[in-house]
This record gives sequence, structure tokens and C-alpha cells, in this order.
Amino acid sequence: MGAVMGTFSSLQTKQRRPSKDIAWWYYQYQRDKIEDELEMTMVCHRPEGLEQLEAQTNFTKRELQVLYRGFKNECPSGVVNEETFKQIYAQFFPHGDASTYAHYLFNAFDTTQAGSVKFEDFVTALSILLRGTVHEKLRWTFNLYDINKDGYINKEEMMDIVKAIYDMMGKYTYPVLKEDTPRQHVDVFFQKMDKNKDGIVTLDEFLESCQEDDNIMRSLQLFQNVI
Amino acid sequence: MAAGVAAWLPFARAAAIGWMPVANCPMPLAPADKNKRQDELIVLNVSGRRFQTWRTTLERYPDTLLGSTEKEFFFNEDTKEYFFDRDPEVFRCVLNFYRTGKLHYPRYECISAYDDELAFYGILPEIIGDCCYEEYKDRKRENAERLMDDNDSENNQESMPSLSFRQTMWRAFENPHTSTLALVFYYVTGFFIAVSVITNVVETVPCGTVPGSKELPCGERYSVAFFCLDTACVMIFTVEYLLRLFAAPSRYRFIRSVMSIIDVVAIMPYYIGLVMTNNEDVSGAFVTLRVFRVFRIFKFSRHSQGLRILGYTLKSCASELGFLLFSLTMAIIIFATVMFYAEKGSSASKFTSIPASFWYTIVTMTTLGYGDMVPKTIAGKIFGSICSLSGVLVIALPVPVIVSNFSRIYHQNQRADKRRAQKKARLARIRVAKTGSSNAYLHSKRNGLLNEALELAGTPEEEHVGKTTSLIESQHHHLLHCLEKTTNHEFIDEQMFEQNCMESSMQNYPSTRSPSLSSHPGLTTTCCSRRNKKTTHLPNSNLPATRLRSMQELSTIHIQGSEQPSLTTSRSSLNLKADDGLRPNCKTSQITTAIISIPTPPALTPEGESRPPPASPGPNTNIPSIASNVVKVSAL
Repeated sequence: MGAVMGTFSSLQTKQRRPSKDIAWWYYQYQRDKIEDELEMTMVCHRPEGLEQLEAQTNFTKRELQVLYRGFKNECPSGVVNEETFKQIYAQFFPHGDASTYAHYLFNAFDTTQAGSVKFEDFVTALSILLRGTVHEKLRWTFNLYDINKDGYINKEEMMDIVKAIYDMMGKYTYPVLKEDTPRQHVDVFFQKMDKNKDGIVTLDEFLESCQEDDNIMRSLQLFQNVI
Repeated sequence: MAAGVAAWLPFARAAAIGWMPVANCPMPLAPADKNKRQDELIVLNVSGRRFQTWRTTLERYPDTLLGSTEKEFFFNEDTKEYFFDRDPEVFRCVLNFYRTGKLHYPRYECISAYDDELAFYGILPEIIGDCCYEEYKDRKRENAERLMDDNDSENNQESMPSLSFRQTMWRAFENPHTSTLALVFYYVTGFFIAVSVITNVVETVPCGTVPGSKELPCGERYSVAFFCLDTACVMIFTVEYLLRLFAAPSRYRFIRSVMSIIDVVAIMPYYIGLVMTNNEDVSGAFVTLRVFRVFRIFKFSRHSQGLRILGYTLKSCASELGFLLFSLTMAIIIFATVMFYAEKGSSASKFTSIPASFWYTIVTMTTLGYGDMVPKTIAGKIFGSICSLSGVLVIALPVPVIVSNFSRIYHQNQRADKRRAQKKARLARIRVAKTGSSNAYLHSKRNGLLNEALELAGTPEEEHVGKTTSLIESQHHHLLHCLEKTTNHEFIDEQMFEQNCMESSMQNYPSTRSPSLSSHPGLTTTCCSRRNKKTTHLPNSNLPATRLRSMQELSTIHIQGSEQPSLTTSRSSLNLKADDGLRPNCKTSQITTAIISIPTPPALTPEGESRPPPASPGPNTNIPSIASNVVKVSAL
């Protein structure tokens, strides 16, 4: 009987336990169960009021409503963790692997480095991206590229970002993706952005180079009417 | 694309701003939201019960009835609602599918009614969620079997369409109930099997004494009679076997099947006996062969369903039985050894060797206790009693386990096979749907480019090729298009990828005019270094590949640089040298003569030919329509 109980609880909790008496096993099993339930109840976040959000962002009430409905549908607990974020983003790019880029995106959204994105963070970032000024958008993008958030973009960070973008393409591309394609892309980028050729791109260099480039300016306006 | 995340598409598109500074090429235009209306509630009246939902909720799945314009057929002008004359209970599940993205199967619902409703609303049953899928499949299979049984019993009463004589015979053998003749044959063979088995048994019974000799078994006393009976039975069996062999659809498979082997083994002793009746030496072996006549009793398994099931379950539990046998053997060896050494000391002991002790151990462990071998020493008796006690445990314990294992393993095997088969099929279907969604993008890309080409050609009367996609779909495709532009590579499907790989590996040294894919490592992937058209490759041989490549060449129209005054009018290539990797401003757009390679719209061809490639960079006024669409590239 004890053996049966023991195997049952060890199966439940999927851990390697030394053989102790059954009371200990049963206690562990109960404790794990309680922990699971607590975890479920603890993370349930409600956003601030609609008026407050409307004041803080550039969205109208209706737009906020539509956004929140979509958000809540996918994340009923009110926060997005990185796993969910990656899954959602991966659905849009079925060809390749979007997880790395989603990771960087998540870090860019998660301004407080809390490990989860609340609706306020989500909406704030969207407000910048869709309704912000050019300056704000570029600053946000710089923040995205700056993986370690030290205020500078160096070549390795850029390599990571570009590699992540290329990963999203997947394997079946035309022309065939080669090994050094991302590196070349990064070299080209650095040649443009790094004005003083010191190997890192600062925010000012970035802003300046992007503002010189008509192409980039125009693309930034592309997603105006997304909502 | 799962439509539950359609609400996140704006976020994904906004996040695409992160690609912009990295991209080298201009981004395509976003699809305009032509009929941008506020999200409205629509009322769905299903047999009197009203459901309300947002319009965008329904539009998540545009290839279903409710998500497409098909629902307009059900719009009731007077009441301004959509009326469906269907079951409201099932509609609840269907509507929840739109809301949550998961389709559930209610257990109380009849499976065929549910299938009908799903078919009506244009929803594939394969997307039923994991929680309900197994139940759904089980019910469906049950239903299908039941319907099949009904059909079979119905068909038996009807007159069959004309089968060949062989097929009717085989059917008669397999299903004795199909015709009276088959039934007669079935019973006759059964009777003769019984007769043969009884004969074999009675042959050995001592039959009373003939005066003057000792008691004889009946077989030797009435040997002629028994011989005649045996002959008759064997003849019947031979005839039956030959008939089955003739009628079998696959003779090779029939010969290998268990039943036919049993048949052969049952009748062989008789023929062998006919061949070698007089030879005394071999008659010993011949007697042994007679034992095989007992296999005739297995012929009954054709007549008994239960025997067949038993045989099958034994076969499927062979590993459990094997384990039982192995553990028993271990115990026997251990105890036999112990008993042998314990009894070694005693005189006149029957335990002459360890194998001789096996017999004692088996008899004791199975609690038979014949008493022909008993231990005499004290140690022997002690170990003997331990042996019998443990025998009880060793024998009695596994038997219920095996019995329960039988049923458990039997059902589990069935369910595991089922699940495996379902999983493979499901994964295959999901894969198809996934490639469908990525192919959808490729299709719409081709169609979109074709549309643009048609617009360029200025033929307004040309039909708009391709189906109109929903707004969400077009926005998603625009997003993927932006990614392509950012990385300067394009999505293609597997076959073309492999083709390209093969072609590029087959390609020998390219001419200087046409850089190939693989042999120019210095080829930078700027927007302008687009692909060549291989001169050796016949454009007509592989139409889809050509078409795709020519579509890509079309797409390069927008940003084609013309730094090359030496750009020839050869049809075969967009001649771009790799040496000027960092191409400064590609300001112009030009249509090269590569357009000619497109097999379809012929309207384009004269257009393309008449346009000479401009020799100098400069705004090309011939094609104002393109310029409006194209964002000027500043190459990096």
C-alpha cells in the first residue's frame, strides 16, 4: 500500500526522491498541489482605468477597448510571460524560428525587467510605435537593438538582432541563405550608422543616420493606421 | 494562422518597426483598410435563440460560413439579423470556437448530427481541441462500424452483383451464412473434423479381447474400418484444402496463413503413411507422425470465433507469459540445486542429479505433490517446505496479474495504435494546413505581383486575378513581405528550394554576365543584386519555377538600378556584376526585357520590348505609375 502511494505521488511530482516514509511523500505531494494553486491565483493583473490609459497613451478609448479585448483573450491572467509572447509571435511567422527575435522584443516591451508584460506596458509601447513621433520611434528601436541596455549598440548586439531576424525567414528562401549573410548585413549597417567609426553606435549617431535616410523615414510612417 | 491571435496582428506589425533601420530595401505599401468601419455587434438568430458577437470575432476564420460573405445569404432584411434554421445547441459550440479558437465536442451530442452541423458551417472536424478529439474519434469510429455492420447484413439479403465463380467460392468459404451451399459445406466439414478426432481417440481404446490373443485396442481390431474412416476424412479435408487454395485471392498469402498450415499438417501423416506402409524401421517415426493428426482439432477454430480470439490474445500477451516462464525457471533452478545438494548425503535418494530434481521442484511448486520423489534429510525437508510455500506465491501471484494484463494490454495496444495512427494523420493534416498558410502567402504574392503587372500594363479590362483576401490576411501578408524586404530574401516552398539547390549545384562556371547563386562569395545582398536567369535553363521546361523567378524579376522592376551602361538587351539576364557590391544610389526604376520571360500576360510583352533600358541614371518618366509605388532606395 505504501509502495503504491509512494509511486503515485512520485509520479505526480516527477521528482527523484529517496525512499522515505509515506507520510513525508504525501506531505510533499500536498504541498506541491497547494503551490500550484497559489501560483494560479497570484498572477492576475488588472490594468488601470480606461481614462488613465487614454491620458497616458495616444490611443482613443475605442482603440484601447479593442486592444484590451485581444490582449485579454490571449492572456486571461492579465500578464504576458515570455513563453506566451514567443508562442504568439511565432504564429505569425510559420516559416522560421521567431523565438530569438521575440525574446529581444519581449525585453524591449518589458521596460521594468519584471519578466512579464502587463497591459499598460503593452499599450505604452504600441502607443510609441504607432502614434509616437519619429524621435520616439527611433529611440524605441535603439532600445530594442541595445540588448544589454548600456546605451550603446556594438557589433555583437547587432549581429544577434540581425541573426534573429534572419532566423524568422526559415530555411526555404530564395536566394539561399548563406552563413555570412547576416554578417555582411551588419557590416553594411555599421558602415552607415557608425559615424565616427569607433565600433559602437550611440543614440545620437543612430538618430542622425536614420534621419538622413529617406527610406527609413518613410518606412517608419508605414504602420500608421494599424489599429 | 490561428485566428485567436489575429487580435495581436497590430502588435506584430508595430513590432516590425524594429526591422526598419536594418532593412536595405524599401518596404511595400501597407494594405489600406478600405472599408474601415467600427467593430459592430451582429445578431445571429439560430432557430429563435439569439447570439450576439462582434463582427471581427467571426472574421477570424474567413474560410468558414460565418467568417465569409456566405453568411449574407442568411441575412434577414426585416429584422436586420442573420437567421439560421439549425440546432442552437451545436451552434453554441461553433460560436465558442470563434471566440476561443478551440472547438469542443459535447459528449451528449449525436456524432452524425454534430458532423452535419460542422459541415454546414464549413468547419473541419480536425481542429477539435485535444481535450475532445479522442472522444470524437472514438464515437465516429463506433458509428462507422455500426453503419458498416448494418450495411453488411443488408447486403447479405440482397442479390450480389455478379462475382466471378472464384470470388463466390471464397466468399462462401469465409462467410458460411452467405448461401445454403456454403452452410452445408461448413457443417459437413465440421462433422468430419469431429468424426476424425473421435476416431483418433477411439482407436486407442482397448476393445475387448479376441479369443486367443491379448487385449487389443480398437484400432488394431477393426483396422480396416478405421482405415476407411480415416481415408474418408482425409479425402474430405484434401478436397476442402484444394478448393480453398483455388478460391483464395492471394494464393501465396493463403499458403503462408496459419489455418492452411494446420490443414496441411493434419492431412500429411496419412499420405506419408500411404507411402511407407511396409518399412518396419520407419514405422516408429510414422507412429510419431500420427500424433500430428490431433492438430485436426485446431481446424475447429475456423468454426469458432472464441478460439480465434483466444489465440490472438495469447499471441499478444506472449511477453507476459514469457516473463512468467522465465521467473518460474529461475525459481525451479534455484530450488532444484538446493534440494540436490541437501539430499546428496542421504542414501538411495531419488535426487540423482539437478535435472532430476527439476521434476520434484515443479511438482512441489505447483502444489501437485505426486509423492514419487520426497526428501529424506532434515535439510531437504526444510528446503522442500520452503519450496512449496514459495511455489504458491510464485504461481498464484502472477496469474491474476497476467489476466489483468491481458485485458489491460489488449485494450492499451488498441488505444495506443489508434492514438498513434490518429497522431500521424493529425500531424500530417496540421502540416498540410501550415504549409497551406505559408503557401497562401506565396500564392497571394504571385497573385499580387500579377495584379501589379496587369495594372502596369494598363489593361483595365483584365480580370482581377486571384481571390480577394480578407483584411487580416492581407495585413499578415504585408508583414511577411516587409520581412522579406528587410532580409532581402524571399520565401519559397520546399520543392522550389530543392530545385534551386540542385540547379545551383549543377551550374558550372557562369559567364561574367550572369552571376550564379553559389559561385560568387562576394555577392552582397543588396537590393539591387537580384538573380540572374540561367541561360541554359529552358524557360518552358519547368513552368512554375520559371514563373516564380520571373515574378521575382518583376518585383525587381521597382528598384532596379541602372549603373550598368553595358546592360545588354539580352533576354537572359539581369546583368548585375558582383564587383560593385556597395552600389550607390539606385535611383531609377526600369523595366528590363526580362519581362519577356513571363509566359502569361501577353499584353505585357510588346510593352516590355518597346522599352529600351535607359543608359544613364535618372528618373524614368516612362513609368510614372511605378514611381508612385516605389520608395526610392538609398543603398547602403
